[in-house]
Amino acid sequence: MPKNKILVSGNEAIAQGALQAGCSFYAGYPITPQNEIIAYMAKHMEQAGGAFIQAESELAAINMVYGGSAAGARSMTSSSSPGVSLMQEGISYIAGSQLPAVIVNIMRGGPGLGNIAPTQSDYFQATRGGGHGDYHLIVLAPGSVQEAYDLTQTSFELADKYRIPVMILGDGILGQMMEPVQLSSKKIAANTIKNWALTGCLGRKPNITKSFYLREGALEEFNLKLQKSYELIRKKEERYEGLFLADAKVILVAYGTMARIAKSAIMQLRSQGKKVGLIRPITLWPFPQAPLNVKNKKLKYLVVEMSYGQMLEDVKLAVGGRNKIEFLGRSGGGVPSEEAMIGKIKKLL
Amino acid sequence: MEKIFFRPESLYDVPTHYCPGCGHGIAHRLVAQVINELGIREKTIGIAPVGCAVVAYDYWNFDCSEAPHGRALAVATAIKRVHPQNIVFTYQGDGDLAAIGTNETIHAANRGENLSVIFINNTVYGMTGGQMAPTTLLGQKTSTSIEGRIKEKHGYPLKISEMLAMLPGVCYVERVSLHSPQETLKAKRAIKQAFENQINNLGFSLVEVLSPCPTYWGQAPKESLDWIRDVMQKEFPLGRIK
Amino acid sequence: MAKININQDRCKGCLLCVSFCPKGLIKKSAKLNKKGLNFVEFDLNGECSGCMQCAVICPDCCIEVYK
Repeated sequence: MPKNKILVSGNEAIAQGALQAGCSFYAGYPITPQNEIIAYMAKHMEQAGGAFIQAESELAAINMVYGGSAAGARSMTSSSSPGVSLMQEGISYIAGSQLPAVIVNIMRGGPGLGNIAPTQSDYFQATRGGGHGDYHLIVLAPGSVQEAYDLTQTSFELADKYRIPVMILGDGILGQMMEPVQLSSKKIAANTIKNWALTGCLGRKPNITKSFYLREGALEEFNLKLQKSYELIRKKEERYEGLFLADAKVILVAYGTMARIAKSAIMQLRSQGKKVGLIRPITLWPFPQAPLNVKNKKLKYLVVEMSYGQMLEDVKLAVGGRNKIEFLGRSGGGVPSEEAMIGKIKKLL
Repeated sequence: MEKIFFRPESLYDVPTHYCPGCGHGIAHRLVAQVINELGIREKTIGIAPVGCAVVAYDYWNFDCSEAPHGRALAVATAIKRVHPQNIVFTYQGDGDLAAIGTNETIHAANRGENLSVIFINNTVYGMTGGQMAPTTLLGQKTSTSIEGRIKEKHGYPLKISEMLAMLPGVCYVERVSLHSPQETLKAKRAIKQAFENQINNLGFSLVEVLSPCPTYWGQAPKESLDWIRDVMQKEFPLGRIK
Repeated sequence: MAKININQDRCKGCLLCVSFCPKGLIKKSAKLNKKGLNFVEFDLNGECSGCMQCAVICPDCCIEVYK
């Protein structure tokens, strides 16, 4: 194997990516299927000079992330669906206090306790804010273990740059599967000066981190400021991978693990000369508009998800009624198969 | 003549939003005086609660953070772990610390986090209009215990300070009161002790402050101090618990 | 020799200082301040000992003590 290439699970890649990015505060609570992240952090965070806390609940964990971030540290937590539901309070406060933070959700089946099988059914929760108030997270959806490693580093840069919580949205398959990862040797340097952080007011006026705006008009003013920042993020940070888009007649839209199976279906159909392509959103919020804003009315889309049609709504909004959109989805542990995709595509061609 | 009592630098010269006779004003000043006397203003980070003291950061002249209701000790834990050289304290009411935040309170204490906690016990939720708190006395009328707190229905006043004192990670717990100038000076000494413990890396310190809420007790300010002296401190005895 | 200085605009008229002055040198004013509250007044001719009880109990940090 080449230098610095290791075989590692998606969960561990996320933890390694975080430390490579200078994450120096982690708080978490055990939940399957992401336990490798908390275990890796327990083992390595203090060696790296940071602070690790096993919290008493996800509620405490996310509020520790609030504190770690308010103190100026690159801060992160990880969990899975039910735990992320519990974190929504803190995420809303983090967004409202304009604190950078990274939250990893390795999704499992729901609603309720659900099961521990992979799903993509927290898409709405992740991309619509999840907690109370008018806010967004940047949501990144890695499609491979390498990308889990790389995007975790990106997430810290974006969080600092825009002072926004960033979510890495994966699923149990991505978290558990092992793939080779090319490790990076470059440290992600601080890209902003955190002159707002709480460090003690020596030589300056006191800093306050808060999300409370009681004076008449003050909250609206603040919310408009957030919206401006979201507009900028929409303009600059939409990311996707496109495959065979130039000549495709049917385009699959899938993210994360689903996109891997979609790719395999596409390669099989391409070998039979079928003109099929793929759009794989990498940012789920902001959702990539450009690749779906195509004037060709004959183009057809097939959205595939491990849910009953959540990203589907964003595809419909982006396509704006111009094209036919079909959907294939399973949830609760079921994974749409390559054969099912091929069957659907053949009907559309 | 020399000025012997004055506003400490850690307390901004602004009016507060508190009702006449409210104990928060006194407790805020005690914290500010202690911080000035210890010379730690420039390295102190305070965590304001949710409740009447939610905008304590508008009154304190040092770095502060808000925390969601009940989560102050989770936020404080993280700040102290990131900046062990800074002095980090929380200021929390009875609803915040002993109801919605019980879990965060107990676990921060049990981890022995090197923090100072100022716990304001006024037996009611003030901000929301005087509802029953975990510390409401038996028989005490509030907007959600209209016939008075009944043990069969509402349970008993929660003595969280005594509970916390059992934990090995906790180094200091004292209950003080603001019902007279003498008791207020004792309260100040206890608050100072809690900060000194942190400076000396001794672990988790908590000072419970019996504090008047004349508005929701339906009493005149002086009457509310007498109620602490004559009634409240029977349920919540003053003195060092640990 | 001692005296106190009261920030009468800031005073909310809770009268705790009045209750605790051992010499009865603080009184409720008949006048109203900017907030429309009866503030308190100090009797400059009295024998203030500078015990600071009024300042210690004042919830609004309105009292300075000189000695």
